[in-house]
Amino acid sequence: MNSPNPQPLLQVENLVREYRLPRKSLFGPPVSFRAVNGVSFNVDPGKSFGIVGESGCGKSTLARTVMGLEQPASGRVLLEGQDVFALPARALRSLRRKFQMVFQDPYGSLDPRFKVERIVAEPLEVLLPDLSRAERRERVGATLDSVGLKPADADRYPHEFSGGQRQRVAIARALITEPSLIVADEPVSALDVSVQAQVLNLIMDLQTRQGLTFLFISHDLSVVRHITDEVAVMYAGEIVETGPTHQVFSDPQHSYTRSLIGAVPIPDPRRSRRLKRTAGSAGES
Amino acid sequence: MSDGLAEIWRTGLRNRGFVIGGIITVSFVLLAAIALIWTPYPVEEIVVTRRFQGISSAHWLGTDQFGRDLVSLLMAGAVNSVAVAIVAVGLGVGIGVPLGAIAAARQGWLDEILMRANDFAFAFPALLSAVMITALAGPGAINSIIAIGIFNIPVFARLTRGAALVVWKREFIMAARVAGKGPLRISIEHILPNISSVLIVQVTIQFALAILAEAGLSYLGLGTQPPQPSWGKMLNEAQTLMFLAPQLAIFPGVAIALTVLGLNLFGDGLRDVLDPRLRRER
Repeated sequence: MNSPNPQPLLQVENLVREYRLPRKSLFGPPVSFRAVNGVSFNVDPGKSFGIVGESGCGKSTLARTVMGLEQPASGRVLLEGQDVFALPARALRSLRRKFQMVFQDPYGSLDPRFKVERIVAEPLEVLLPDLSRAERRERVGATLDSVGLKPADADRYPHEFSGGQRQRVAIARALITEPSLIVADEPVSALDVSVQAQVLNLIMDLQTRQGLTFLFISHDLSVVRHITDEVAVMYAGEIVETGPTHQVFSDPQHSYTRSLIGAVPIPDPRRSRRLKRTAGSAGES
Repeated sequence: MSDGLAEIWRTGLRNRGFVIGGIITVSFVLLAAIALIWTPYPVEEIVVTRRFQGISSAHWLGTDQFGRDLVSLLMAGAVNSVAVAIVAVGLGVGIGVPLGAIAAARQGWLDEILMRANDFAFAFPALLSAVMITALAGPGAINSIIAIGIFNIPVFARLTRGAALVVWKREFIMAARVAGKGPLRISIEHILPNISSVLIVQVTIQFALAILAEAGLSYLGLGTQPPQPSWGKMLNEAQTLMFLAPQLAIFPGVAIALTVLGLNLFGDGLRDVLDPRLRRER
């Protein structure tokens, strides 16, 4: 990857994540399934890196492994040059301040028994325990404000919010430790289309305003195209194509990328006919 | 969560079992609480001249073969039942819930060992193992509490593990891990509060079972020892006098049946009230 920066913020090297499956028979050999099979990529600071692929291709597993939530069979994840899996538990915890995650389901990712204030402040409790109560509260208010919520919302419970607002809460929670990297695993796919645009705009806005780096995982090509600088296409646990987003979308190299792009429904009938023709000719060549 | 509680209260009032069971349970506990400071007659007061009296205004339910007032005995017996049940269920919750939570949090071999040990304890019928333990350790109130407590441990361990495993798969647990929380903190701050309603319901049901078990053990002479009053022991003593004074057997029997019924109704109702899915069906 040709980048002007000497060191990428996030380096993923040959990452392999295996799941053990139940043995076929009592004395049979152990069977395993490679959800992520030798994935490598770099994300430069301040950039938005997308990973697209169909469901089941290993995107979410990749996201969780990058976050250090799952143990890889082999490979490395380096954040600012530090190997996430080589660090002792305590050091990993303090490194967690630098990378946070936004989950797919805004209904499942917020503890229903916590008030918004506690949900948003949760990373602070653990990662910056020296903050006083007042400082914490102030920071929660400021962060809620930055994602377009009212500071008064801190005293409400998640079930009092709509899906889009909940996802804003989840984003506020990810932002509160002022991380440099945010891994967003399908952050808008559980939302209504109209709300999707608002949340995506918020993400882009935050990126430009705070210089955040995003690892953006989605099955939705139009979303990825809209929001990312670079994109990697994942298929069956492997990255089949990677490059600047506009290039991958305008001139896909791999046949899977082409069929993926060809499968996107486009409301304009003229464009759809043209796409069908290019997809057809690509198949012949 | 004030409107949540109000909502639960409103659905609760519509649930007949919950209301009836709640009234019985509350009056039973209240009776025991009153007995701590006051009973109509001193429980240990033996007055041979007034034995086998029938129902009268002086002795509402009559007197027993030693001339002791039956109402006072029943009230003091309620104290005994409540105390045994609280300690025994407390023992089950105090040991079983952490074990189940650890099994769910750690998984792997530790989970296997804990749960197989659990299966072993579960394989013996509860009452039988209580009888066995008191037979080995000797009769007495303390031993019967321990025996009842021990068979409560696997119940709560298994329930906690099962419910906790479901919560562990939720995304907010993963979010807590991203926030840097370890398994212990997640178990205490996220898992237990989210399974508390299941546990509360089980507590009421185990409470009823513990009262029944205590009565059974006392009836067999393995539980509470004289002169301390207990419903099971009253039944035992009344046994030989069945034809002479049937009320001596009937009243403690009714007290046991009513309390257990009340607690079961209350627990069942509570489960329906706390579970939003069941709430809609009814």
